[in-house]
Amino acid sequence: MTHVSHINNAKSVDSKTARDADTPLLEIRDLAITFDTSNGPVHAVRNAHLSIMPGETVAIVGESGSGKSTTALAAIGLLPSNGRVSGGQIFFDGEDITKASSKRIVELRGSSIGMVPQDPMSNLNPVWKIGFQVKETLKANGLAGANSKERVAEVLAEAGLPDAAARAKQYPHEFSGGMRQRALIAIGLACRPRLLIADEPTSALDVTVQRQILDHLDRMTTELGTAVLLITHDLGLAAERAEKLVVMYKGQVVESGPALEILRNPQHPYTQRLVNSAPSMASQRLQSQKAKDALASAAAQTQESVSADGHSVPVAKDPMVVPSSVSPVIPGHAAKGETILEIKNLTKVFKLRGALGKATDFKAVDDISFSVPRGSTTAIVGESGSGKSTVAQMTLSLLAPTEGSILFDGVEVNTLKGKALFDFRRRVQPIFQDPYGSLDPMFNIYRTIEEPLKIHKIGDKKSREKKVRELLDQVSMPASTMQRYPNELSGGQRQRIAIARALALNPDVIICDEAVSALDVLVQAQVLNLLNELQEELGLTYLFITHDLAVVRQIADNVCVMQHGRIVETSSTDEVFNNPKQVYTQELLNAIPGASLLV
Amino acid sequence: MVMFTFRRFLQLIPVFFGATLLVYFLVFATPGDPIAALSGGKPMAPAVEAALRAQYNLDQPFWVQYGLYLKNLVTLNLGQTFSGQEVSAVIGRAYPVTARLAVMALAFEAIFGVFFGVIAGLRKGKLFDSTVLVASLVVIAVPTFVLGFVLQLVIGVQLGWAKPTVSGTAPWNQLILPALVLGLVSLAYVIRLTRASISENMNADYVRTATAKGLSRRRVVVVHILRNSLIPVVTFLGADLGGLMGGAIVTEGIFNVPGIGNLLYKAILNGETPTVVAVVGMLVIVFVLANLVVDLLYAWLDPRIRYV
Amino acid sequence: MSENLTPDKGTTEPVTPVTRQGKISSRTIEHFVAPLEETPLAAVDNVDETTVSLSLWADAWRNLRKQPLFIISALLILLVVVVAIVPGLFAHVDPTSCTLADSAEGPRSGHPLGFTLQGCDVYSRMIYGTRASLTVGIFTTLGVLIIGGIMGALAGYYGGWLDTILARLADIFFALPLILGAIIINQLPLFRDNKSVWTVVIALVAFGWPQIARITRGAVIENRNADFVMAAKALGLSPFRALMKHVVPNSLAPIIVVASISLGTFIVAEATLSFLGIGLPFSVISWGNDISAAQTQVRNNPSVLLWPAVALSITVLSFIMLGDALRDALDPKARKR
Repeated sequence: MTHVSHINNAKSVDSKTARDADTPLLEIRDLAITFDTSNGPVHAVRNAHLSIMPGETVAIVGESGSGKSTTALAAIGLLPSNGRVSGGQIFFDGEDITKASSKRIVELRGSSIGMVPQDPMSNLNPVWKIGFQVKETLKANGLAGANSKERVAEVLAEAGLPDAAARAKQYPHEFSGGMRQRALIAIGLACRPRLLIADEPTSALDVTVQRQILDHLDRMTTELGTAVLLITHDLGLAAERAEKLVVMYKGQVVESGPALEILRNPQHPYTQRLVNSAPSMASQRLQSQKAKDALASAAAQTQESVSADGHSVPVAKDPMVVPSSVSPVIPGHAAKGETILEIKNLTKVFKLRGALGKATDFKAVDDISFSVPRGSTTAIVGESGSGKSTVAQMTLSLLAPTEGSILFDGVEVNTLKGKALFDFRRRVQPIFQDPYGSLDPMFNIYRTIEEPLKIHKIGDKKSREKKVRELLDQVSMPASTMQRYPNELSGGQRQRIAIARALALNPDVIICDEAVSALDVLVQAQVLNLLNELQEELGLTYLFITHDLAVVRQIADNVCVMQHGRIVETSSTDEVFNNPKQVYTQELLNAIPGASLLV
Repeated sequence: MVMFTFRRFLQLIPVFFGATLLVYFLVFATPGDPIAALSGGKPMAPAVEAALRAQYNLDQPFWVQYGLYLKNLVTLNLGQTFSGQEVSAVIGRAYPVTARLAVMALAFEAIFGVFFGVIAGLRKGKLFDSTVLVASLVVIAVPTFVLGFVLQLVIGVQLGWAKPTVSGTAPWNQLILPALVLGLVSLAYVIRLTRASISENMNADYVRTATAKGLSRRRVVVVHILRNSLIPVVTFLGADLGGLMGGAIVTEGIFNVPGIGNLLYKAILNGETPTVVAVVGMLVIVFVLANLVVDLLYAWLDPRIRYV
Repeated sequence: MSENLTPDKGTTEPVTPVTRQGKISSRTIEHFVAPLEETPLAAVDNVDETTVSLSLWADAWRNLRKQPLFIISALLILLVVVVAIVPGLFAHVDPTSCTLADSAEGPRSGHPLGFTLQGCDVYSRMIYGTRASLTVGIFTTLGVLIIGGIMGALAGYYGGWLDTILARLADIFFALPLILGAIIINQLPLFRDNKSVWTVVIALVAFGWPQIARITRGAVIENRNADFVMAAKALGLSPFRALMKHVVPNSLAPIIVVASISLGTFIVAEATLSFLGIGLPFSVISWGNDISAAQTQVRNNPSVLLWPAVALSITVLSFIMLGDALRDALDPKARKR
């Protein structure tokens, strides 16, 4: 436990007690923010209002583009150069920031309003030592004092950085992501601001690191009496960390109020949608429409009414389109449940170039074995650097294993060559994480989906076009999408195109490498639903690589937990969630934000 | 850091050998007889020809010739010009002049280029920026020799502010105008590069974070934007030293500066092969050393690459 | 990378499970719900079918059309190209019919820019000189694109020893400045005795390719590990065809920009070589040769030097402006959402 010093805080505590604790520290009224773009003005935020009392934590929740970050940045006068406050007021401690001089805003920044930014990788200047970057914060706000070096170490230690004095002499690139975020928290809180704006402070980090850092931030702000404006896309995380939630949608506040109340009793349809889709709230695997219908009719027979309240059912009931009009395809090969993919003692060693060309071995994947039954979903879950993506690449035969074997339908994949490899490619398809990188920006959607058919010389031009139409329909995209280019589509839409491309060759296995990680919650739920429906219809087998246990809960039948290149636990999903055997698995489960709030 | 310097130094060795080999090969081993060229294509007494061949080691196999050339280059035993002067002595006289010229041009580029580039980058889209940008385009488009003549005519002859040609000793003050001409095109490139670099870094996340810390605008610009933006500019300036040596051929010709460029140009026109090869070899050495300095500066500016 | 290898050292705190039940405020917090009509709910992630669909090039074209920089440079280049192809349309005086009687005469009817020392028509020579400069510029750029493009693409895509060798080779050529290298090649007996447009092109290509190679290599490296390339390989596309179909088309934008600017600098380089007397032969009418010939009388008759210099500068300027305009239009950052 780190000790938080109060030396510099005495003054602000005094002034705080002197003031009426019931006047808001920050109050935003009817805020409107406009961006001037080449296509005319864009109204990013309209009529936004929120208030933060001293010492209170308020979370703004919303998807990307909802205006949540923009609202927060306006409160510290950091809108991008083409953005401006076009209406309303922002009162900090009774002073209207929108009318304050730039000199006054510089005064407020750091000492009265601190900020912890989103991406720890890009928010520290790579050319200055960490200590320097902390010290200049203290200096700029007149808090450096005579023994600034010790003060820097103190501030860093408070943020949970071990061996702070030595660490202060290092450069950002010598820090891991979690450590950089701690340094940024140290900077944000160094001058004891009364308000801290935390813009997605942990979304770039692994869940376990995320939890530690948020716990730490919680403790520090509670001890210092700092009010926090937390920006997040994760409803579970927000509900767990804040007293008050503000839900934003398309630049407007649609609902705000006590966190738990909103979570348990959402009033606005958008909030309801969010609550229903939040992956961290999910408590069971998704079911296909067909299975659900069957279940519902069975239930209706035994019981007159089915509960209309759908908190625990992750599938939303409103206009999220789910394909239903496609004729079912019967999987032609082995029967469901039989092993289709078997990984045995798989090992991958990378040679890393050290100083003077000395090579060191790095075991990315260390002697792992598992098997995937046909028609089911197996998830490999692990944090960054656990080796899970390396497994995916080897299974796709895009990377040669150092040792071990991969059997697909009983045939060794490693040694495949020529035509056999070509046939294997037809039956095993990938979907990658980055929806912005997985489609060639120069190919329109028609060419993108047609490409696999062309490579495998299937059909003529006319039949290929028909197939592309079918595939688009299968992923619920209008046929007019064919002439569009990837940059005209959203992340979720691109991911659906990637799914259509993967389906073009009627594969047996689809390997999803973090396929939904970059998507907004609602879109993520939609894509997961789609994957699930397709599995039911086409008898697909999924190998699902992810860092997110919440997603695993929704889609997987079996789970392999990976850590440092090894599989530490493998079992059915229910077993892993209800009865985790390993400490690491428990840690992962415990780190899912908001998991315990609804049950 | 010592390790880094050593590694960079090792990497430059093949560049040195490769470049000198290339020049030597081009001059001595391509079709067309260099000895015949020496005499201007006129027939030559066999004894004289044999003596010349021996003098330039042309009777040896190619690799031996190259080895001897390198040895001569390092020991400054560079042979004689047609007029019988030691090449090393001629180079020794010309080199300081060109070095002065190049240093002045480089300083001129660095100071004015970075200054205008930074202001333009910080005020992107404003009048100052547009003016500087258009001016830089025009400077790049007008060839150096035209600029040289125009400036010589206007400043040197019509206005009489500077001597239009440089006297034999080439003092610093007479070199100002030639240095200006020599550095002008690169100055335009430095401005454009600095401007682009600054305006890109202004949008960097760490700059926003620095502002959020409560730093003044001035400090944000000086500490967080400037240093990061100078990294590509330093690389350019180092590589440009070689380019300046090439440009010196034209500039020194126009202003009659008794430097390396003038020497090289006359040697080329007269077909004095040994002088050409010797001078170019020296230029390669300068280029390679300049690159080493740039690498060290680069490592000093950007701590990330010290450990790569 | 460091994050993958070193475990997070921040994990020194006890990992005792904190029961996180959420925070309940002692204050009363108002529960606000916006009226539904203010923010109508849209379907999740639907495709906006109202916008017009455009490929990268079409999109770039649409941006370019509105840019004054592009319009001016494109019109100038068009003019220069037409002049180069049919100079007879613009000048009716034979540029080679010179009479010493007209030596250094001023402008007069039919000869708007006066005469050179040899008594040739300045205007006519300026018009006819276009072809040589443009030919050298275009063919040098083509040559550089072919050699540098192939070298850079292969080095960047396949990496390994090939990359090492090609990178060192480029370094070696980089050590000799373009003008200096071209001078050395041009003074070789083989070249000096056969001076033509082509010897100049070869000399410039020989020392101009490393720049394009570097740009291409960088662009290819940026794209070779893209997910869409991986996806294409997983579909069964061979590595080489993935290079041709996916990597190269996506790497073209920066190469085109640099090629356009290089074309300008190659024209300057040709003029410089001709000015030094080791570029184009005197029989070829070129701006560089004319400037070179005019330098002796720059003090008493500067306009003879000025006109070819102006033509040269405007041509170079238009290619550089085109490159700048293309750079803005093809910027992938501006296109990504």
